[in-house]
Amino acid sequence: MSTSETSEGAQELFDRRTTGAGELRREVGAVLRLPEGNFVNPDDIDIERRDDDTMIINMGPQHPSTHGVLRLMLELDGETVLRTKPVIGYLHTGMEKTGEELTYVQGTTNVTRMDYLSPLTNELVFSMATEQLLGVELPPRAVWIRMLMAELQRVSSHLMWMATNGMDLGSTSMMIYGFREREMVLSFFEKTTGLRMNNNYIRPGGVAADLPDGWRDDIAIICDTVLARSFEYDELLTGQPIFRDRTEAVGNLSAEEALALSVTGPILRSTGVPWDLRRTMPYLDYDKLDFDVIVGTYGDNFDRYSVRLNEIRESIKMIRQIADGMPPGDYRVQDRKVTPPPRARIDESMEALIHHFKIFTEGFRVPEGEVYVAIESPRGELGCYMVSDGTSKPYRMHIRGPSFVNLQALPLLLRGGLMADAVAVISSVDPVMGEVDR
Amino acid sequence: MSDAGASALAVLPEVPRLPDRSISQLAFPHRERYHEMVAAFRDVGFETCADLCAVDYLTHPGRSLPDGVKAERFEVVVNLLSLSQRVRVRVRVQVPEGDPVVASLFDVYSGTEAMEREAFDMMGIIFAGHPDLTRILMPDDWEGHPLRKDYGVGRVPVQFKEAPGPR
Repeated sequence: MSTSETSEGAQELFDRRTTGAGELRREVGAVLRLPEGNFVNPDDIDIERRDDDTMIINMGPQHPSTHGVLRLMLELDGETVLRTKPVIGYLHTGMEKTGEELTYVQGTTNVTRMDYLSPLTNELVFSMATEQLLGVELPPRAVWIRMLMAELQRVSSHLMWMATNGMDLGSTSMMIYGFREREMVLSFFEKTTGLRMNNNYIRPGGVAADLPDGWRDDIAIICDTVLARSFEYDELLTGQPIFRDRTEAVGNLSAEEALALSVTGPILRSTGVPWDLRRTMPYLDYDKLDFDVIVGTYGDNFDRYSVRLNEIRESIKMIRQIADGMPPGDYRVQDRKVTPPPRARIDESMEALIHHFKIFTEGFRVPEGEVYVAIESPRGELGCYMVSDGTSKPYRMHIRGPSFVNLQALPLLLRGGLMADAVAVISSVDPVMGEVDR
Repeated sequence: MSDAGASALAVLPEVPRLPDRSISQLAFPHRERYHEMVAAFRDVGFETCADLCAVDYLTHPGRSLPDGVKAERFEVVVNLLSLSQRVRVRVRVQVPEGDPVVASLFDVYSGTEAMEREAFDMMGIIFAGHPDLTRILMPDDWEGHPLRKDYGVGRVPVQFKEAPGPR
């Protein structure tokens, strides 16, 4: 098979005879080069296998269960997956390049579209990186509103995951229930930010608006309903024999493998590593909240499911604490060089008008420097490496997308499993292609 | 300072460093010693490579670097994370324009595989020893590396295979 005959050239999964040894090892998921710990012995991998019984098939990019435009090249021996190669880039929109053309004020509108299932966390990491370069200290209410929104976002993102995971495993009722509960959270977002998704609510200097009247009642209803229904999911899925058969001991991952592959988030925690940036490297005011870090034991699909389900409950616990402890005060920095003046001031004050004009035309200048900020998004460590050259636009804005990195675990998770389980494993990794391709 | 902070200081102490507010180390090894340094960090307890990316300093050459480090056009930036000690270090290595080659970290941290492919795709950095250094986000036959500063926005018409010529 020559490159010119295929549509994807070098990204194709090739015949074993024409694949280099290193590449082949990666495609079968031999990842470990650790000095200690159990590792895959390269001798166990039959690189020399010249079996005509295997077949290379293509799954996606237009496949309902690949969670977007993810394409997998799979080598199968009957029903068993031998090699996997994820092919990505179908949703690449050059957001890092676009970010260099937009000011810091406009930047949140851009990054919010990356991980479209948790847009607020994208805005949060971008804003935190900008504020670290600026050296701005936020008022406590802005910090707590950010925490509230980030935790609500985690609930909605995990609910969405429960829904799609249920659909991938054939439990369509879970899909309907997951979307139903997520809609409650999104309605609150719409009330607060004006939009259900891509909110552009968390901005450098604070948040765009204060919480709406009656927000405590809305939060209480969301918490009570979602918590009560999370126990209904237990009945629907957790204790159900068919669901357990489909998830237990499928797609196992060990802690050493997860660390070697830079996997983070619920997938890392499901292997038993208690690593949650909210607890281990606290940002915002997470060190003032009381919550548990959920860990699994075996790192299989069921553990990943349990970690996410219980994280919904932990987030609800945190949301209640945040609602109780919400401090009064400003919801953004009252620094006219960073945040715009209130609308009413513009009619009265020439200076306010100038500040408003400058912020929305030129933006604010950020001192030279570079910073890496990482937060715990629903999918893992969401990082932002930002370089400023002293102008009002980022010189370089790199987003470390957790889905992009977690996707590398797929060849390992799928190896030796059944084709039918591949769908369940892809779902349990929870990739969001907007963030993978950026 | 925590144990890892202290042991990280002991890693190749002759490599120039800069102080940093948020992380324990900001090291600037020469690219000859880059692989050695990252491997040494791994051995003192930095279990995972959180992030790897490249920066093109073409239009911003005057950044602050420690003495003895010659500014080059490209920089490869690696963020390492120690879970056991809860510290981060950052390694920035200078990569010259004429010969943009650095050693691949794939044999130290397997998780850098996709990140290095992305850096190659976007910036044109060659990672020697990478098992499969192909484009990851852009189409295979794409010309140029889009995140380079001399790659103008809207400079070329969008190229796709089977497209009927320039639009």
